[in-house]
Amino acid sequence: MSNDLWQLAITTEQFKGLYNYWIVIFLMMTGFFIVISRKNMIKTVIGLNIFQTSVFLLYITMGKVNNGTAPILGPEDAHHDDHSHDKSHDAEHAAHPFLNQISEQTPAQNVSVGNEPTAPLEVLAEAGNSGLIYSNPLPSVLMLTAIVVGIATTALALALIVRIREDYGTIEEDEILILDRES
Amino acid sequence: MTPEMMIQLGMGLPLLAMALVGLTGSRPNVREACTLITSSVLFYVTCNLASFVFAGQRPEWNLGEMIPGFEIAFRVEPLGMLFALVASGLWILTTVYAIGYMRGHHEKHQTRFFACFAIAIFAAMAAAFSANLFTLFVAYEAMTISTYPLVTHHGDLKARNGGRVYLGILLSTSVAFFMLAIAWTWSVCGTLDFREGGILGLAHAEGKISDTQLGVLLGLFAFGIGKAALMPFHRWLPAAMVAPTPVSALLHAVAVVKVGVFTVLKVCVYIFGIDLMSQTGISDWLCYVAGATILLASLVAMTKDNLKARLAYSTVSQLAYITLGAALATDVSVIGGGMHIAMHAVGKITLFFCAGAIYVGAHKTNISDMRGLGRAMPLTFGAFFIASLSIIGVPPGGGAWSKWLLALGTVESGKLALMAALMISSLLNIAYLIPIPIRGFMTPPGEKPKTFKEAPMMCVVPLCITAVGSVALFFVAEQIYEWLKPITLGG
Amino acid sequence: MIEHHLPILLIAIPLMAAPCCVLIHSRRLTQLLALVVCWLCFGISVWLMTKVMYEGAVTYNLGGWEAPYGIVYVVDYLSAFVMLFVSALAAIVLTYAPTSVQAEIPEPKQYLFYATYLLCLTGLLGICITGDLFNVFVFLEISSLSTYAMISLGKTRRAPLAAFQYLIMGTIGATFILIGIGLLYQMTGTLNMADMAQKLEAVRAVDGETWVGSRTMLVAFAFMTVGLSIKMAVFPLHSWLPNAYTYAPSVVTCFIAATATKVSVYVFLRVVYEIFTPTFAFSILPLDTALMAFSLIGIFVASLAAIYQTNIKRLLAYSSIAQIGYMLLGISMANTAGLTAGIVHMFNHALIKGGLFMVVGCLILRIGSAKLEDLQGAGKTMPWTSFAWVLGGLGLIGVPLTAGFVSKWLLLTAAVDSQHWWVATLMLLSSLLALVYVWRVVETLYFAEPSEQAASAKEAPPLMLITTYVVVGASIVFGIWTEFSAGVALETAQQLLGVTQ
Repeated sequence: MSNDLWQLAITTEQFKGLYNYWIVIFLMMTGFFIVISRKNMIKTVIGLNIFQTSVFLLYITMGKVNNGTAPILGPEDAHHDDHSHDKSHDAEHAAHPFLNQISEQTPAQNVSVGNEPTAPLEVLAEAGNSGLIYSNPLPSVLMLTAIVVGIATTALALALIVRIREDYGTIEEDEILILDRES
Repeated sequence: MTPEMMIQLGMGLPLLAMALVGLTGSRPNVREACTLITSSVLFYVTCNLASFVFAGQRPEWNLGEMIPGFEIAFRVEPLGMLFALVASGLWILTTVYAIGYMRGHHEKHQTRFFACFAIAIFAAMAAAFSANLFTLFVAYEAMTISTYPLVTHHGDLKARNGGRVYLGILLSTSVAFFMLAIAWTWSVCGTLDFREGGILGLAHAEGKISDTQLGVLLGLFAFGIGKAALMPFHRWLPAAMVAPTPVSALLHAVAVVKVGVFTVLKVCVYIFGIDLMSQTGISDWLCYVAGATILLASLVAMTKDNLKARLAYSTVSQLAYITLGAALATDVSVIGGGMHIAMHAVGKITLFFCAGAIYVGAHKTNISDMRGLGRAMPLTFGAFFIASLSIIGVPPGGGAWSKWLLALGTVESGKLALMAALMISSLLNIAYLIPIPIRGFMTPPGEKPKTFKEAPMMCVVPLCITAVGSVALFFVAEQIYEWLKPITLGG
Repeated sequence: MIEHHLPILLIAIPLMAAPCCVLIHSRRLTQLLALVVCWLCFGISVWLMTKVMYEGAVTYNLGGWEAPYGIVYVVDYLSAFVMLFVSALAAIVLTYAPTSVQAEIPEPKQYLFYATYLLCLTGLLGICITGDLFNVFVFLEISSLSTYAMISLGKTRRAPLAAFQYLIMGTIGATFILIGIGLLYQMTGTLNMADMAQKLEAVRAVDGETWVGSRTMLVAFAFMTVGLSIKMAVFPLHSWLPNAYTYAPSVVTCFIAATATKVSVYVFLRVVYEIFTPTFAFSILPLDTALMAFSLIGIFVASLAAIYQTNIKRLLAYSSIAQIGYMLLGISMANTAGLTAGIVHMFNHALIKGGLFMVVGCLILRIGSAKLEDLQGAGKTMPWTSFAWVLGGLGLIGVPLTAGFVSKWLLLTAAVDSQHWWVATLMLLSSLLALVYVWRVVETLYFAEPSEQAASAKEAPPLMLITTYVVVGASIVFGIWTEFSAGVALETAQQLLGVTQ
């Protein structure tokens, strides 16, 4: 069987496995369409937010490892470290079952490319002495930053809209164009 | 003083003049003295340098790379030396004349005028001494830019439109064609140095460039060098006549236009090589374009009533002689072309000086108004007559020799049609130049002649000197021939 | 000791100074602080540049974490060069700024201007210095967000609108870049650029000319390219730029026109040449052809548009779009000569366009309008300012002995050398369009009857004139003495191509 054909074919299982990605694409296109098509500035900003949110989801999805738990060191690992980690205990317990549940729901989800798992994930998986598999925490951390950026952008955009409304009395772009042409 | 120092001085002095003019702008007498002194020293230096160059030396000065791989370097050879001599010698006379003209005419912005003039001379010297095409191009463009404020000196709408055509044509042709041609030459030869015998010959022999491509390249050069005013890119020259007369005299009869034809000659001799051109016949078409320009421009000149416009078209025609000399690609024609640079320069500057003197003395610009003016201004019209002889090519005008050599060149290469063109053009020259002094001397004045007088001394003396010079050149022509001979012995 | 920490100080100082500006609140003090910080950054950049030139690349591990686990700052030829001219222009423009800011920005808001200016500088320098791809995104957003804010400070009511439009376009671009980074991370599991390039080498399986690698990489490449093209204002994605440049306060326009798009070009170079490698981008994918076509179309369309503008700022804005085309033209040739030309043009154009916008700032200060009809005859009342325009304009046209000529010549020889005859011809023809739009302004300044405002205008204040002449003068100096600019660009080009070949 040729390599190409294998790449093109999507089985039902794969479709289900890529479940999160379908959502990502749907959100992305929705957001993008709103940005392009709406003349109302607030709606444009909302579209932009949806667009950005889809990217957050993309990152978080890729950070998930099959059967992986939250990347928080268990008590047995914490022994080796100093004991300041104690406080995270409760949070870890809370996260455990929940994440397991999620990973059961999406069994075929595969973060790796093609059929080869990528190196750092293996490293991560082997890192825990207890044999637990952890999800990759980095994408989530990156998204914290991206969310902050997104909030800043939204805040700035809204502030600009307020000023535009003060100056023009409207937030419809086509009406503003007409006003500008008249002046 | 070593020859290398002379090269440095040759370009340094005009820059010094510019700086001094700028600094002493508030005191006109000091300012003019600065220009006069530096121009005299410059002429002295070039004369000294000439004694080395015509004795067979080729002094060099390397300034270093401006852009990686492209050097600013200077190397003086006979053709450039002759051009430098002409430009620096006439600069002194023009300065004297300009002082008389600008003051007689109460022009504004004289400091800017003299400063830009000095930069233009600097560019001319740099072009004359250049050792490679890159340096020449930089000097060529520097000249275009520095003369723009001179052309638009009056700052009115007419000046603006003239300047637009001037800058538009000169920059467009040089950027669109000349620069491309240089880059092409560089990619084919790997060098841009001017070498005896040319650099493209070798590339052609190695099959890096075909005959057709050579023809196209020559076309890019010939039309790219817009300052040579080959038709159809000649419009800038008449447009530049909005400038004050000293500018037209030195720049648009000597420096700027001669840089153009000088570049054409240099490209033909040191880049293509005469042998390559005559063997492959790539320049045949250029001969006919030049021939056509000679005739057409002469015809147009006849229709012009404005004296400066008529002289401008006459210049277009005479420049094409030099391009023709290069395109014929025989030994005599190339030397004839080189010689014509000097002959035409001295003759045409006299004619422009006269035009300016008439304007200052009598406020006349149209030929039809000049009836009987010669009686009031005998020196001016006398000089005009003598210089006309040189332009027409009649002994004892210096132009006789260069035209003779060019005619020999047409015979040697068997292009008799061009020979005929040269003859007809000479007749046309007579037809458009001689009536002016005749009208000045012979016809009775329409108005009372006593209201007119000769222009100020500062104007009349230089034009008398150049008129005498154009006759003197007739007698030293053989010497110039000997000087220029080495340029044809290449490779 | 402190020497070792200079790379981080370059970012930390302006980043810390920005909130200080907000806290200080006083106009004079913030102005002084910002000025000191900018010149400090310039000093550090100069130091880093010399260090790179004599000792090679400088690496700084943030918090002592080594790459690829921690974030590293890497200063090599390319980044040092870009940081040098960005910080230099930031410092000079800020020295020039006070009078113009006083005239154009209401006094209670001025401290905010200085704060955002420093933030923007932080972002631009950060993009250059970091070796971490996600960090690039963060700094890109810092600089973009502060740019939107600065643009909205403009006097007219169109300024916030222009800022808003830029914000939408810019955020879409940034998000595209973010997606690209995400997909690359998915492929390689690392964000360190050098590490990523190495890991992609393994993923990128090339069998002759056939591509058998991962589709994810193609998608990542597409997202990155389009996203960066928006930030660079490449021709069909340029629509945000003219309004943003026109309605922003003069000083802001000076700064962003000279630096922002060039820094985006820098990121583009890094991504295409270091991460994806030229083989992938140009041999397997036809990015070179696409880029060349878009650049050339962009050059012609934008230059023609510039000719018909009646607002001098908008005219220069369109010219900027055209000039970006020249940079990309060089980059798209994918050889040392072309790349050198592109990188040199980044530098030269920063000087030329920065200088020209500074001239415009002087004109607007005295005449109060950027319309050509109001600027008529200003050459008589503001001779020095007008002459600076002529000098800068000559550079834009590419007349010999100006910086513009150096880039044009290098680009021309690169095109001819790699047998791109059409490119060479079209490029030369297009530079004639620059002649038209520059000279239109020259004629307006010198040959027209003075308008009412121009007749009563007086010469710009000395400090503004001196700084303008420093920048314009630099564009002449770097047209004659090219050892530094062209030398470093050549070194950079070799480094970029040598990494992978």
